[in-house]
Amino acid sequence: MIYNAQLIKQGAEAKVYLAPFCQRQAIIKERFTKAYRHPTLDKKLTSRRVVQEARCLSRCQRARIDTPTVYMVDTENYLIYMEYIEGCSVREYLVTPEGQTEAAQTKVAQDIGRALGLMHNIDVVHGDLTTSNLLMRNETGGSVVLIDFGLSYVSQLIEDKAVDLYVLERAFSSTHPNTEVMFEQILKAYGESGKASKQILKKLEDVRMRGRKRSMLG
Amino acid sequence: MIALGLEGSANKLGVGLIRHDMTTTPPTVTILANIRHTYHPPPGEGFLPKDTAQHHRSHILQLVKDAMAEGNITPKDISVICFTKGPGMGGPLTSVATVARTLALMWNKELVGVNHCVGHIEMGRQITGAENPVVLYVSGGNTQVIAYAEKRYRIFGEALDIAVGNCLDRFARVLNLPNDPAPGYNIEQLAKKGSKLLDLPYTVKGMDVSFSGVLTYIETNAPALLASGEYTAADLCFSLQETVFAMLVETTERAMAHIGSREVLIVGGVGCNKRLQEMMDQMASQRDGKVFATDERFCIDNGIMIAQAGILAYQTGYTTPLEKTWCTQRFRTDEVFVAWRE
Ligand SMILES: Nc1ncnc2c1ncn2[C@@H]1O[C@H](COP(=O)(O)OP(=O)(O)OP(=O)(O)O)[C@@H](O)[C@H]1O
Ligand SMILES: [Mg+2]
Repeated sequence: MIYNAQLIKQGAEAKVYLAPFCQRQAIIKERFTKAYRHPTLDKKLTSRRVVQEARCLSRCQRARIDTPTVYMVDTENYLIYMEYIEGCSVREYLVTPEGQTEAAQTKVAQDIGRALGLMHNIDVVHGDLTTSNLLMRNETGGSVVLIDFGLSYVSQLIEDKAVDLYVLERAFSSTHPNTEVMFEQILKAYGESGKASKQILKKLEDVRMRGRKRSMLG
Repeated sequence: MIALGLEGSANKLGVGLIRHDMTTTPPTVTILANIRHTYHPPPGEGFLPKDTAQHHRSHILQLVKDAMAEGNITPKDISVICFTKGPGMGGPLTSVATVARTLALMWNKELVGVNHCVGHIEMGRQITGAENPVVLYVSGGNTQVIAYAEKRYRIFGEALDIAVGNCLDRFARVLNLPNDPAPGYNIEQLAKKGSKLLDLPYTVKGMDVSFSGVLTYIETNAPALLASGEYTAADLCFSLQETVFAMLVETTERAMAHIGSREVLIVGGVGCNKRLQEMMDQMASQRDGKVFATDERFCIDNGIMIAQAGILAYQTGYTTPLEKTWCTQRFRTDEVFVAWRE
């Protein structure tokens, strides 16, 4: 549907195309209509998420946090044109032989922790932190790039930021068994780069407790 | 090899008998009996642990006798007795476990304590033939998005507060819908007559969901919306279903995209809901995926699923020694070591 575009991924909500744009390769993220959702609800969520994603990406960009540069937003057709990051996701990387070494994991963990600390400093809550939504940029030798801001929003609340980390922690433990050490390193780097990180990490403990205590009763 | 399964973690009491014919590979599985007796509190009320345990105590012996008669089974045919160890309500769980222990001592059989959620998953896999699906487990007490990896059912997403079934049941109580056959079933029927969508809070955090916001909103606003005639009860049921099910389908799809899976298996009581199944189908077909679901016999809590998960563990040499046959209200799906899968 998009001229000269090649579909490279179908994520949770969007189709991601690679296409030429102003003399270079760009990513076009298309949020298409979900047949299962009521049309009114679908429209509401889709338009909100396109705008939120574009906004939070630019906000991060202004704070010099490594995210894809936004080239163009087409709110009519729910399209975001952005920089193409050449590289693989952290999820893919962690199953390569290199990604299983301690040194490599420590480096990635520090990168992730630092990036998240900076992101929370500017009150961006990502909303969908998983290892699929963290890419590694080839040209810089694998530094971490944050992507997929569709569920992001701006919030100063400690609670929101703590839940953000909790979502990532759960994604780590379910997707990558035996990476507790790595997650500890992420939190350590996060603690060193964030403004209110002490309070947020403290809150994270509460959020975890809630998870464990959650009643399983009807 | 034959297993007896006893389930009573909530208001359903179930007894099942399953046979695995070990002379074939894989074993040929036959369901010999699968019967259930449900405790229904009066409309507008939820089931309390004490009354539910009493219900289970007064019906379980008859149910076991009926199951044995239906399957044409005598105690000597049974290899192992499986019961629900948790999660669930303490009183009802214990009342059933006591019977399991007594039968095991009387008949001189081994016991296997089963995780209720794993029971749902294994039964769903058995009935549908789904190989390695993302599992959406939705019931009165649980909401989880699960996938298997390295000997465990890992939880990718879950409800951060109340379970989806609990959310539906509580709204059914607000509308005073009957608890028979199930509050959620009555919401589903009424929703078919609704068409006007109320804008409700929609809360998704990655692969996690939250239902307390939408429940509070609709509980608080329902009386006025109904009184003014702006929305009918059917419209509200419709809106609630459309909203909470969209949240579930979205997080299931996110898990599929994240781990690169094309199969979805829906289990648990809410999984019988035809609208949820239909929405899941629409999602899957937009990404060349496939949905597996079962009907009320296997979706709703039952004894056969406990027998199935128990017999699989038993075949790997696992048994629960008598002194460890206590029950636990909290027992996470990922605590179970899944020895029977590669
Ligand atoms: N800028 C980019 N450069 C390279 N690859 C990308 C880029 N953006 C996305 N991708 C690839 O496409 C996949 C899906 O993209 P993304 O996570 O943004 O969409 P999604 O998961 O469908 O989004 P949402 O959760 O908002 O619906 C990513 O996991 C990644 O592999
Ligand atoms: Mg993504």
